[in-house]
Amino acid sequence: MSLSAIFVQLLNGLASASSLFLVAAGLSLIFGVTRIVNFAHGSLYMLGVYTAYSLVKTFGGGILGFWGAVLAAGLIVGVFGALVERLLLRRLYRAPELLQLLATFALVLIIRDFALWAWGPEDLLGPRAPGLDGAVGIAGRRVPEYDLLLIALGPVVLGLLWLLLTRTRWGTLVRAATEDREMAGALGVNQSWLFTSVFALGAFLAGLGGAIQIPREPAVLTMDLSILADVFVVVVVGGMGSIPGAFLAAVIIGVLKAMCIGIGNVSAFGIDFSFSKLTLVVEFIVMAVVLVIRPWGLLGRSQGIPRGAASVEPPLHLPSPALLKGFAAALLALALLPLVSDRYTLVLLTDILVFALFAVSLHFIMGPAGMHSFGHAAYFGLGAYAAALLFKHALPMELALLLAPFAAGLGALAFGWFCVRLSGVYLAMLTLAFAQIAWSVVYQWDAFTGGSNGLVGVWPAQWLAGKTAFYYLALALCAGGILILWRILYSPFGYALRAGRDSPLRADAIGIDVRRQQWLGFALAGLFAGLAGAVYAFSKGSISPDSLSIPRSVDGLVMVLMGGIQTLTGAVAGAAVFTWLQDTISRQTEFWRALLGGIILFLVLVFPQGIAGFLRERWEARAGGSKG
Amino acid sequence: MNVLNVAKLSKAFGGVQAVCDVSFSLASGELLALIGPNGAGKTTCFNLLNGQIAADSGSAEFEGRSLIGLKPRQIWRLGVGRTFQITATFSSMSVRENVQTALLNFHGRLNSLVSLAARQYLDEAMELLARVGIAEQAGRPCAVLAYGDLKRVELAIALANRPRLLLMDEPTAGMAPPERVALMQLTAELARASGIAVLFTEHDMDVVFAHADRILVLNRGRLIAEGKPAEVRANREVQEVYLGSGSLFGAAHA
Repeated sequence: MSLSAIFVQLLNGLASASSLFLVAAGLSLIFGVTRIVNFAHGSLYMLGVYTAYSLVKTFGGGILGFWGAVLAAGLIVGVFGALVERLLLRRLYRAPELLQLLATFALVLIIRDFALWAWGPEDLLGPRAPGLDGAVGIAGRRVPEYDLLLIALGPVVLGLLWLLLTRTRWGTLVRAATEDREMAGALGVNQSWLFTSVFALGAFLAGLGGAIQIPREPAVLTMDLSILADVFVVVVVGGMGSIPGAFLAAVIIGVLKAMCIGIGNVSAFGIDFSFSKLTLVVEFIVMAVVLVIRPWGLLGRSQGIPRGAASVEPPLHLPSPALLKGFAAALLALALLPLVSDRYTLVLLTDILVFALFAVSLHFIMGPAGMHSFGHAAYFGLGAYAAALLFKHALPMELALLLAPFAAGLGALAFGWFCVRLSGVYLAMLTLAFAQIAWSVVYQWDAFTGGSNGLVGVWPAQWLAGKTAFYYLALALCAGGILILWRILYSPFGYALRAGRDSPLRADAIGIDVRRQQWLGFALAGLFAGLAGAVYAFSKGSISPDSLSIPRSVDGLVMVLMGGIQTLTGAVAGAAVFTWLQDTISRQTEFWRALLGGIILFLVLVFPQGIAGFLRERWEARAGGSKG
Repeated sequence: MNVLNVAKLSKAFGGVQAVCDVSFSLASGELLALIGPNGAGKTTCFNLLNGQIAADSGSAEFEGRSLIGLKPRQIWRLGVGRTFQITATFSSMSVRENVQTALLNFHGRLNSLVSLAARQYLDEAMELLARVGIAEQAGRPCAVLAYGDLKRVELAIALANRPRLLLMDEPTAGMAPPERVALMQLTAELARASGIAVLFTEHDMDVVFAHADRILVLNRGRLIAEGKPAEVRANREVQEVYLGSGSLFGAAHA
């Protein structure tokens, strides 16, 4: 590649970095002040793109019309963000922080379907910016004028934000709250107003970041989650809450991605290497490296531990004989079900069993071990692919099913080694990064994994081919896996995990190697997620990269949180309700996502303790009442 | 026999010499108090011994084995127990389970996936809780305990590895005065009965002069006095360091 081509790619990278920076700065501000990881931030960006598209059509394509539309789109999204904060998130500040995450994810679903309803499923390409639709010759190449404008826009916005944060009273309050929220509150800062304004500004930046993209990128419905992954990476690499860090990281990642596309295929020492294939993962590799070397990002600082914010979990009592009888009865009912149910119900039940094990394995590390994984689908997918690949390479189905979980466990052992070095939101992001890396390898390795098409013809052995037979296999493996994971929580190993979560300081002082314990716990959870994945692969007869994608990881999170993270049975209840809802609603309406999102919001607002948590509270209230 | 020998221990943070050439020793069954005004280097000195931070130079030997460079959990393995200024317990466990967890690790059983943790070492845990006087609270969650009782839970946890040395950072901080005296009384009895050496930092001079066998006084990172309570109280330099705070002399009539 010639020098001039590298230079042009550099400019291209800088241009995309500007938009990335705007969106990331908004997310970083919101996280810094409210401590909410706003999953809907990508959706706000998408709304910005679509709104700007419509407004340009309405205002006309003149210079005033175009820039008026871009600015108006940002403002509309900003107002929308303020409304979301006042009407929804405000009610959840006292709930566990993961619940806020669940609520913002429900918004992702709702906004996605709103966009589908309002703008349709077609890709929409906006007009070119009037007056900037030409190109200038630089180093013998043609560079779009609009790109040059974008390159300038990033530093300008950085400068404006810097002025806002350092030269105004409002900025001082934002910085104070980012530094120490409790102290800012104790000093009489009106947090209610501060939170709303920060959310509005963050949403405005996201909307604007989207709006300025219309001449460069078509509006598509999947851009909400794809930009979200990019922006998470930028914010984490730069350091949560650091605006200059976000700028630095956006530039690094924008340029690296552009370079990977520009370099293309390279042949060195007889080995062909495709840099363009690296585009999908390069940012996640950067993030993994940065997090391991600088756990708080390039310009971030270690966060103070919030005082008294952590909710205290009740002790884990051994199940009472009545409860054990209840479990036995439930298992018996599940075993008898094939006698009365149709084929369709059996398939749905098999799915529920698979996802129940997946959710329980996620709960195992999220709840008792206190490690919030945003990328647990990686191990589900590894198990599924391992099963399919072993089967394809002439292993009997039974053996493939048996060995696959260990492949997932090994994967978790490798990724987990890095993850347990971090905690909190950084750990969550690193798990997400590893899941994305695994996804992209599977997605691009056509020769081995079948690429985007996945693998087909992964059918169970003859004796398990019937839906009923397979249902019994799934019941045995999944229920067995769930019981083993639950049982481990009552063992000394499980106590050590909880000890490390409750008080790392005390755990260390009684000789527990917390990191090692978390690492083994992580690998164990990966192993059982892999078992769920392997059963899933054979139940469907095929497997695609979707099985380890971000949405699948998020599904797991939703199941655990919907069921209630503080109860063991919660993950099972959440998996059952979520899988059933998704199946039922998606057959009823095209807009099933919005409906599902609405249901999640309802559950979050009405049962913040989760389904199982709610039932337990009712049960205890009744038991207490009858005693008194 | 000396349990702990510290010689010429030093630690600087940037240009600040937090601990400088500190040497002392501690015999089994002895209660040694580490006092000094704010910023004297008590906490740094303490954290050098418990593995929280690494010393720049000097030595610290527990039963002849060097503690320098060891992690807190390795120091625990040698037979050193700890309590914290702000209590650190496992809030999602009952009082008894807190002690059982420590016992499980002491007996090398913490990696078991099979046994039921809540049924292990029950008697031993109850015996430890009885020794610190909170046996009747054994089944309650740690999260609901009064602060003074939590301090006792910490003590029971710290005793689980049958320590020969207890490191107690501000053991009575945050407690009401009658509770303070009771807790230190208990600690002194346990130490003397089992021959445990106790090193503690403390702000409350009533507690220090009533219970310590010996007192070390630090100022600006240096050891300025060492001796029995009466000697330390009569020391001119110590009086100058504490002049104005009044706390040292208020204790004289206690």
